[in-house]
Amino acid sequence: MASAEEVAREAERRDIRTRWLLSAPALLVIFFAATGPLLIVLVYSFLTPGPYGDVKWQFSPEAWISVFMERDIFDDTLSLAAAHVTIFWRSIKLAIITTIATLALGFPTAYFMATRSEKTRDLWLFLITIPFWTNLLIRTFAVLQIIRNEGLINTVLLKLGIISAPIQILFTDTAILIGMAYVYLPLMVLPIYASMEKLDFRLVEAGYDLYATRFQVLRRIIFPLVKPGVIAGSILVFIPALGAYVTPIVLGGGKNMMLSNLIELQFGQGRNWPLGSALSIAVMVIVMVALLAYVRNAGRSEVRHG
Amino acid sequence: MARSFAIKHQPGFTAIAATCFVVLYLPIVVLVAYAFNAATSTSEWGGFSLKWFQSAWQNSQVIDATLRSFQIGAVAAILATIFATMAALATTRTAPYRGLTFKYAAINQPLMVPEIVTGVALLIFFSRIKIFTGYSGLGYLIAAHTAFCIPFAYLPIRARLENMDLTLERAAADLYATPWQTFRRITLPLLWPGILAGLMLAFVISLDDVVITEFVKSGGQDTLPTYMLGQIRRGITPEINAISTVFLLLSVVIVTLFFFISRKRD
Amino acid sequence: MPDKPGRNAIEVKNVRKIFGTGEAQVAALDTVSVSIRENEFFTLLGPSGCGKTTLLRLIAGFDFPSAGEILLHGQDIASLPPFKRPVNTVFQSYALFPHMTVAENIGFGLEMLGKPKAEIKARVAEMLKLVKMEALSGRRTSQISGGQQQRVALARALAPQPKVLLLDEPLSALDYKLRKEMQIELKRLQHETGITFIFVTHDQEEALTMSDRIAVMSSGKILQVGTPWDIYDKPAERFVADFIGETNFLTAAIANIGNGKVRATLKSGATIDATVAEGFQPKDNATVVVRPEHAKLTNGKGELSGAVENIVYFGTDTHIHVRLDSGEAFTVRQQNTRSAGCGFERGDTVGISIGNDAAQVLRD
Repeated sequence: MASAEEVAREAERRDIRTRWLLSAPALLVIFFAATGPLLIVLVYSFLTPGPYGDVKWQFSPEAWISVFMERDIFDDTLSLAAAHVTIFWRSIKLAIITTIATLALGFPTAYFMATRSEKTRDLWLFLITIPFWTNLLIRTFAVLQIIRNEGLINTVLLKLGIISAPIQILFTDTAILIGMAYVYLPLMVLPIYASMEKLDFRLVEAGYDLYATRFQVLRRIIFPLVKPGVIAGSILVFIPALGAYVTPIVLGGGKNMMLSNLIELQFGQGRNWPLGSALSIAVMVIVMVALLAYVRNAGRSEVRHG
Repeated sequence: MARSFAIKHQPGFTAIAATCFVVLYLPIVVLVAYAFNAATSTSEWGGFSLKWFQSAWQNSQVIDATLRSFQIGAVAAILATIFATMAALATTRTAPYRGLTFKYAAINQPLMVPEIVTGVALLIFFSRIKIFTGYSGLGYLIAAHTAFCIPFAYLPIRARLENMDLTLERAAADLYATPWQTFRRITLPLLWPGILAGLMLAFVISLDDVVITEFVKSGGQDTLPTYMLGQIRRGITPEINAISTVFLLLSVVIVTLFFFISRKRD
Repeated sequence: MPDKPGRNAIEVKNVRKIFGTGEAQVAALDTVSVSIRENEFFTLLGPSGCGKTTLLRLIAGFDFPSAGEILLHGQDIASLPPFKRPVNTVFQSYALFPHMTVAENIGFGLEMLGKPKAEIKARVAEMLKLVKMEALSGRRTSQISGGQQQRVALARALAPQPKVLLLDEPLSALDYKLRKEMQIELKRLQHETGITFIFVTHDQEEALTMSDRIAVMSSGKILQVGTPWDIYDKPAERFVADFIGETNFLTAAIANIGNGKVRATLKSGATIDATVAEGFQPKDNATVVVRPEHAKLTNGKGELSGAVENIVYFGTDTHIHVRLDSGEAFTVRQQNTRSAGCGFERGDTVGISIGNDAAQVLRD
């Protein structure tokens, strides 16, 4: 008969084997229909565009060059591709502003929710969850109806005589910004609320007891303690905002392109799949850099405050 | 009488919160209101009417897209929930083992990549497979939806498992239950609320998707969101408001269910 | 030794349990051997982290020993999974299944053993009666009080008629009064069922009042096994004497060893008779222990002398702390009477007389 030690070791081995078997379907599906294809995108970004879309299996760095550069049709010289740079810059700028705006609005909202009584807290959570679960396209469409020239804002302002002609908000960067802040706000509120709910308010009392002002309590006690929620919220907003596809189409009217629309263009009318692939990889790199920077920066400041 | 010092008060926070809630709901209220507008243009109020609901109901494209959405959503959500449950069982309540961190990263990977990138990647990959196999059915959309639904279904299931008292399973084993009996009689019943929450979350996420569907779908495979996006691009009629209103109602029902399930203790 | 010999229910032989690997290795159990007899109320007593719960878990089968054997009625069960051991556990947190009723909880083990429905029903009824919970059989476990949950946990573990019942600090979550009640209840159940109970606790008073025998554990080792009387009056080691009750430690030279008795020469020069712990090796400075209630304060006579440093009143008795002339500290416990004080004041010079058969020499 095997010793208890051997039996234990065998049981552990079997346990780990079972755990791999159990996770295999999820890992396979994700690899097959999410992660794996990203590698193909990387390969495609180094190939030559085919005449009717797709690619020719021929190595070419051209796609990567054209991410930021333009080749002159006549003399083959390279110059900065102003259109691409503008779109990159607009996307990053709008994503950052969206993140900051949702944080500025979402933090006080989460704080408000977390400081309600136990009973009503669930109600507020419910109210923030409904928009979160509501289709993003529908919510963007709702914003469209509010801000267009015949929409609620302009109608009210006109009726009140504050303006004499409708303000053109739709099809501007402002419209995209309003739309993104609107649709991503719940994504910011929920994680902040989750860490705020766990906050022990006796610590706040201790802060006031030790002569802190309201602002100091907020900055030195509350904020550092809910920081994980703030980081999670910022990541959850920044990533989809950078790759936003629906909002620029619906509210930007297809003229104020963001990165995702530029990428789509390469797979549609542009018929330049390698360039589309290179742009996609570039977006991913930006996201990764932002993630790393944010996480590292957060880690450092935690040490300083800790 | 002196007012006591309000520990939890922060100046302006309540006002901002109130504004947020109003701003979150105002556009939705307007959207719903216009669904009942009798006028053809959405810029004026022509009286109460249900005609846009009727017209949406009689629009075969809408019905078609809705059914397709539900079909994809149901299959993808069920598959994602089953796989996520298995994965959650495999990644919780254990001493760290080799590969555990890899599994976390792999399962959450779809959340870390912008949808547009995944969409493009799947367009390329699936178009190759389509040429290779000749198959161009809903399988691709279902596979894609299952993949990005897994991390969402995984969240509540994992949370539920991690909060579960391990001694309950130990007690069952002590009372002569084999590992399978323990799972069937103790683990699974206690896990149900998490699984249901995961299922609903996955279903909603699938119904919500525009970007990945837009890139993966073959001709004639519009889901309701991609159909609506196409309509909005072409100019809006209150019919879109009517469809949105019904969709919205569905969301509210699902959130309410989700809320009660995930709040339920024991 | 007043132990009654009997058949062994559980024999633990040279069991080691090591957690972690490499540098971080910790021996939770360090070569432990102990025999637990049939029908005995056996207690594993020790501070948290001493290995008592680890030993219980090895017997239950929730962990496997790194080395050694665990025999149940002579059969090695160390490598069997918990569901193949005729041993049941009452958990510290009770671990009642929240999605089942009281009756379903109690019947669970029998159901898993594949017993016929009628038998399960009869047995559950019997158990409910045994723990006086008949009225609440249909309740969910979340709808009953802590004391009632405790009873259900007991009934659930007893229902399959295990050879041995393991109890992991089952009373620690109850308040003082309920705990006292349950102590008596547990003794009654053990008596009525005739099942061997292995009880884990860190509460020395609980151990002394309930057990037939006690094993005192520290740092993964069993230091002493004996009846409550043995453990209290004849501690083998300093840790045992210190962990259970209050005690005075005196340094002494030992002579005339024989027949378990010695003469100990204290620092004061006085000699007293003492019993000696098993395994004592003669040495210059041995430690003698004297319980505070086994010494008497006098006005000068006695084996020891010193000055009163502090007097602490406890209601039933008074503790008088004395600084001996040798510099050692000594406490005398004196029964209170209603009429007068203890008769001494701080600063008094006093003598201490140690009764016959009051001293025990430790082996360490």
